[in-house]
Amino acid sequence: MSISVKHISKSFKNTTAINDVSFEVKEGELFGLIGPDGAGKTTIFRILTTLLFADKGTATVAGYDVITNYKDIRNNVGYMPGRFSLYQDLTVEENLTFFATIFDTTIEENYDLIKDIYIQIEPFKNRRAGALSGGMKQKLALCCALIHKPKVLFLDEPTTGVDPVSRKEFWEMLKRLQQKGITILVSTPYMDEAILCDRIALIQNGQLLQIDTPQQIAKQYPKKIYAISADNIYQLIIHLKAYKHSYSVYPFGEFVHYTDKRADFDLKELVLFLEDRNIKNSRIQQTEATIEDTFMELAK
Amino acid sequence: MKTIGYIIQKEFKQIFRNKGMLPIIFILPLLQLIILSNAATFEVQHIKFSYIDNDKTSFSRALIDKFNASAYFNVIADFSSKKEANSAMLTGDVDVILEIPHYFERNLLKNKKTTLAVTIDAIDGAAAGVENVYINQIVHDFNKNAQAVLMQPDDLKNKSKTITSIPSFWFNETLNYKTFMVPGILVLLVTMITLFLSGMNIVREKEIGTLEQINVTPIKKHQFVIGKLFPFWIIGLGLLSIGLIIAKILFNVPMVGSVGLMYLYTSIYILVILGMGLFISNFTDTQQQAMFIAWFFVVIFILMSGLFTPIESMPPWAQFLTEFNPIKYFVEVMRMVMLKGASYTDILPQLIKTFIYAIVMNGLAVWSYKKTN
Repeated sequence: MSISVKHISKSFKNTTAINDVSFEVKEGELFGLIGPDGAGKTTIFRILTTLLFADKGTATVAGYDVITNYKDIRNNVGYMPGRFSLYQDLTVEENLTFFATIFDTTIEENYDLIKDIYIQIEPFKNRRAGALSGGMKQKLALCCALIHKPKVLFLDEPTTGVDPVSRKEFWEMLKRLQQKGITILVSTPYMDEAILCDRIALIQNGQLLQIDTPQQIAKQYPKKIYAISADNIYQLIIHLKAYKHSYSVYPFGEFVHYTDKRADFDLKELVLFLEDRNIKNSRIQQTEATIEDTFMELAK
Repeated sequence: MKTIGYIIQKEFKQIFRNKGMLPIIFILPLLQLIILSNAATFEVQHIKFSYIDNDKTSFSRALIDKFNASAYFNVIADFSSKKEANSAMLTGDVDVILEIPHYFERNLLKNKKTTLAVTIDAIDGAAAGVENVYINQIVHDFNKNAQAVLMQPDDLKNKSKTITSIPSFWFNETLNYKTFMVPGILVLLVTMITLFLSGMNIVREKEIGTLEQINVTPIKKHQFVIGKLFPFWIIGLGLLSIGLIIAKILFNVPMVGSVGLMYLYTSIYILVILGMGLFISNFTDTQQQAMFIAWFFVVIFILMSGLFTPIESMPPWAQFLTEFNPIKYFVEVMRMVMLKGASYTDILPQLIKTFIYAIVMNGLAVWSYKKTN
């Protein structure tokens, strides 16, 4: 096991940040912690990267205990905090050299590992980090986290605030790193990124709701979901919520995901209801549950 | 070693790239040195002097002429009544009222004795004290001349014996205030700049989040702390050098003692200040907090350093507290070495105390710096 967390709890004064969290990440796995802001993702990262002591429970990273062998962990993990935290007044190259030096290595030594990523920001190597775009900052931060060839990589919300194209590129880079044998623990509030992980853990209010592959988690959704669209989505949602048999109504892009309380639900009845409420051009079709649906259901 | 070297290199790069910070570090302190050394004087001049002459005789006029002739007094008003004079003092138009009584001349001639009433605005207590001394000197002077005029031949035998004291001011013969203010102000500047910069430096890494990234690396506490503080040690010594050059060229302050000794002491002294700065930054989360705490200590240190008010005049408990004031030792050493030419053995007590202080302060600072919380 590359990462093993057993019954970890942590409170700050009177707030419980995480409560009895346990999970394991296999070597070479891309594992995602999926949950909203404030769920406790960053606290888990800080405990695993030896920045914070847990109140209860034990954890190991790359076979080292987070408390007794913290020095070994610091040599063997790469950490990319949620906030961009490189020196904005140093250039791209200086930042990278700095992190290489404090890990007692050089850029040349591990160049093959970062080559794919670094090549994209190399044209700007003499630019100050503060003057980079959001996507390039993330690439630089990733390079800095990788420069000492870590066994485990911790990425805390790496794609928050990054444009869709850069997000896609970033995940492709993670996939390539995974192929090089690096274990990756990544957290994200975006459900569409969850599907790209090998396994995910859904987390809310400091507790893990479920751990499984994204496909399995989506499959476990207990009800039939209908995607409904109409000219006026806003009116559609209001009326669906008012419908006495409705179980859940969530906007989902250009559709509304609807589930019904009844097991023997008749579509025609709903169509009539919507026509009666003067909803124009409504289309209803059954659809596959996604992780977001499961998450919403579990978090209910 | 390589790691420390690279951190130092990185710190210098960051300092010199910060275009807003450079002038604050190097130009402002020197402007302060030049302005303060010229302005912060204990001499009281341009005293607004007024008088009420109830006598109006040649004697009373001679006394007022004495004040007129003095460079310290500007005779600005002549009041006819005490009431008028008092209201002028109330509005702050005059600092001093001299009231010459009726029959001033007659009493002096007949009784060889008379009195003068002097009223001094003591809102600024220090200035009032100095003004009182000046007035007494002038009256005393006038008194001696008057005696000579009034002396009858048969009085000569009975002439009272007077003792005159002639002070000789060693190490600063002309009592030039710049000579002792410049070393003191230089001390303040070196202290303030190094304390503020080091205090804010590590907090800044906390604020921008880089400290979190650094803490996950295998970097050792001492490597990081030395790497962070060494540049400010250099900057402190650099400031001292520029300050000494200005003191010599601009103010012509005598430098009797060994310059090497000054650098030896300063290099240990800055360690105390840097340790303090690091200690402050360990207990604060923002640069603003660090700045306020640093400012709090600097103000206490300055006012209790003996630079503006003599330590001997403080109450015993305050005198005891000054033992923990590093600025006090620095001011003492700078004045002793620069003006008196004190040798290594003369400043040994200060040197040892500062050295112990440096060890304690830095020990505390490194101990309280935690990579985990």
